[in-house]
Amino acid sequence: MIRHHDDVMRLADQVRAGRLSRREFFARAVAAGFSLTMASSFLAPGRASAAPTRSLARQAEPKKGGQVIVGFSQEPTVFNPLKSTLEVDRGVQYSLFDSLWRIDDKGALIPNLATELPSVENGGIGKDGLSYTFKLRNDAKWHDGQPFTAKDVLFSHAAIMNPDFAAGNRIGHDKITDISAPDDHTVTMKLSEAYAPFLIVWMDTYLIPEHLLKDVKDLNTADFNSIAPVGTGPFKWVERAPGDHITVAANPDYHGEGPYLDKIIFKYVPDLTVFFTQFKTGEIDATGIQGITADNYAEAKTLQGKTIYNAPSPFVEFIYMNFGKPVFQDKAVREAMYAGMDKQNIIDKVYYGLPAPSETYLPEASWAFDPDLPAQKFDVEQAKQTLDAAGWKPGADGIREKDGVKLSFTTSTTAGNKVREQAQQYLQQTWKEAGIDMQINNMPAAVIWGDYYNKSQYDTVMIGLNAGLGADPDGTTRFGSNYIPAQGGGGQNTMQYKNPDLDKLLDAGAKELDQAKRKEIYFKVQQVLRDDLAYLPIFHYVTIEGTKEGLQEYKPSVFVVSNQWNTNVWSWA
Amino acid sequence: MTAYFLRRLRQSVVLLILVTIVAFGLMHLAPGGPEAVYALSPGMRAEDLQRIRASFGLDQPLPVQYVKWAAGMLTGDWGRSYRDSRPVRDVIFDRIPATLELTVTALAIAIVVGVSLGVLGALRQRSLPDYLATIGAMVALSVPTFWFGLMVIFVFAERLGWIPSGGRETLGADFSLADRLHHLIAPALVLGLVLVATWSRYTRASMIEVVNQDYIRTARAKGLGERRVIWGHAFRNAAGPLVTLAGLQIPFLFSGALVTESVFTWPGMGRLFVDSLGYRDYPVLMGVLVVTALLVIGSNLAADLLVAVVDPRIRFR
Repeated sequence: MIRHHDDVMRLADQVRAGRLSRREFFARAVAAGFSLTMASSFLAPGRASAAPTRSLARQAEPKKGGQVIVGFSQEPTVFNPLKSTLEVDRGVQYSLFDSLWRIDDKGALIPNLATELPSVENGGIGKDGLSYTFKLRNDAKWHDGQPFTAKDVLFSHAAIMNPDFAAGNRIGHDKITDISAPDDHTVTMKLSEAYAPFLIVWMDTYLIPEHLLKDVKDLNTADFNSIAPVGTGPFKWVERAPGDHITVAANPDYHGEGPYLDKIIFKYVPDLTVFFTQFKTGEIDATGIQGITADNYAEAKTLQGKTIYNAPSPFVEFIYMNFGKPVFQDKAVREAMYAGMDKQNIIDKVYYGLPAPSETYLPEASWAFDPDLPAQKFDVEQAKQTLDAAGWKPGADGIREKDGVKLSFTTSTTAGNKVREQAQQYLQQTWKEAGIDMQINNMPAAVIWGDYYNKSQYDTVMIGLNAGLGADPDGTTRFGSNYIPAQGGGGQNTMQYKNPDLDKLLDAGAKELDQAKRKEIYFKVQQVLRDDLAYLPIFHYVTIEGTKEGLQEYKPSVFVVSNQWNTNVWSWA
Repeated sequence: MTAYFLRRLRQSVVLLILVTIVAFGLMHLAPGGPEAVYALSPGMRAEDLQRIRASFGLDQPLPVQYVKWAAGMLTGDWGRSYRDSRPVRDVIFDRIPATLELTVTALAIAIVVGVSLGVLGALRQRSLPDYLATIGAMVALSVPTFWFGLMVIFVFAERLGWIPSGGRETLGADFSLADRLHHLIAPALVLGLVLVATWSRYTRASMIEVVNQDYIRTARAKGLGERRVIWGHAFRNAAGPLVTLAGLQIPFLFSGALVTESVFTWPGMGRLFVDSLGYRDYPVLMGVLVVTALLVIGSNLAADLLVAVVDPRIRFR
């Protein structure tokens, strides 16, 4: 994969230098297994730079020095990477900590604290997919100078599985039955069953130091989490002024490339209007979470001395229906709701036409994304016919009913989210034309995403999330029948969706290690979900972010939750 | 006086306990919880959320949680923040310097400007300056702070570039008093303006009452200079209600200014409270609440005692 990338990039350089025609370039790129969209992304101006390990597009050695102030509209507060996996916390953790391999903006895994990516060919993965061997670097050091060893890997895994520790999540780690370190730079483990996303799990497992934390009484409240994190990453902790900012400084002993900057300051700016103003006045150099709002995009593009990025995000906006409510078990209702959704108008009028409509739960950049799913068509007449045929007759008030049940329900989302509130009103209006009564019932974030969502107390919610497993397409815990929290299952299938065919596919997808075969399986998964309308997808979110001109290697990526993932190679031109 | 003080103190303790019980109950009975923030993360499962709740002790019955919290408070353990797991006392005390920096400056501006305008208004009743001050005060009281703050930022930071658009200091630079003042001026003026209105109205009303009294006429008849009449006689007697007002504003000094702090990116107590509320960080919310309740109760008590010292017409029984 990486080798391919470099080849294509070299070709792209030739196109730019005028030595190769674009047609020739595309022919070769497609022959090498790249889609046209991917290939063209190599040619796009400003997008041509290389994977973090290599720097083909870079003219000279990056300039050293300087600082970057990254703005966040939420405050990062938890710096133990095993405790919190929130986007905003990750935004800081990425600079302080490392995992065994990182994922680049093309989705390729690149060894970091490991010396190689385990595979069946290099013996890192057993043929049955049940045993793994990780080889670790011997030149990586913690910020306090202690060497990084296999003990730290074992300790991090043990912390995640510690029943008294509020680990962010345990997914994947709970399949490890046996883990040990034959020597200081090797870790071997056995799994209870083959699990395809296993390398992705370790990609997102940022490691913490055993020597500092093994004697801590309660890892939940250790100073390490909040005021004294120690990692192996490109930047070291300096200070946190609560409610204001966090400062990290270059780690001169970093084992990988960089860092080139002297320091990074993460600044908390809660008001989104002021956030954009501070970007304009130069008080923040880069807009981290939550970037530039869609209504400011037009103005942002005209700003002098700023680079604006309009990049895909891994998040998809959905209407989730609660299958625990009988109304939604009728497929005709779901079909009518989908046909009655004026998607394009919502995208154009509410989101300034920026996001692309979606038919699935995976981001377009995922290798498992199925581009050929049938496209939804907004057609109120169709919605009416579907409901008529299914026996939903309009009552005196125009609201349809069947067997005494009214086609009436609520839609909830986070209160105060102005954009979503407008989208809800569009839905309400077009559904009403079809005889579907929807009431808006929004509530504060801490309420709606608490029991109301997790225990399936809602009718429908408008929700934006990455329903895959981070960078992996596995959706088992979101859509599997055995993962319904309201019915005692773990997991996060709050829609209470049950489909035995889908369960089989999800199970097969999680166990299959051959990516080509997995891709076929996930295409089917997406077809089943689309056909059955388990959820109503609306659009693929885009991330609009900006930096002061001259910040090099700032690369939005759909494979990470926060775009501060490669600060080690950031530099000022 | 001592007996009165002790009686008031006893009442205050009972009041404080009641306040904490009601607040604790309401907070926990309201729907939602601190685990909600994690609910949409990739790979998050119901059991993970349960584990997070349990690590906060939220799986225990409410009365047990309250008793544990109250027992902790009595021994000086305020609990730990759910958000960043630091001791609540540190979380709160950390915010005091920035909060006081803003509120004390704002209050100082308000008192100097407000009292001057109030006295002027009282002495030149129904004059042009009085009307202007009155109208100004009404406008200042009615303008929403968030809008006014954003306008100040838009005009003076974005358009004119005279002031920074927020924050307490230039990040990444060494400490400099001038830089701090440069950052402080806009939020302090915006916050002070609302207070100016209150102060000038109170001063004006109080002064009008006093300047029409007989002893003022006597003082003038004695041939005292106008300045001594106003500041030495009239204002001293009009100051009683103002002392009460100052006492009532002590809690504000510590609880900060929610809206101004948010707009100007000021890391004070008001923002801490809003952020903690959004997160359902119960221990921090309870900590802020106890501090505020203590200050309200304490400053009311202090104001009552002080008025008696300032105003010879009041005696304790």
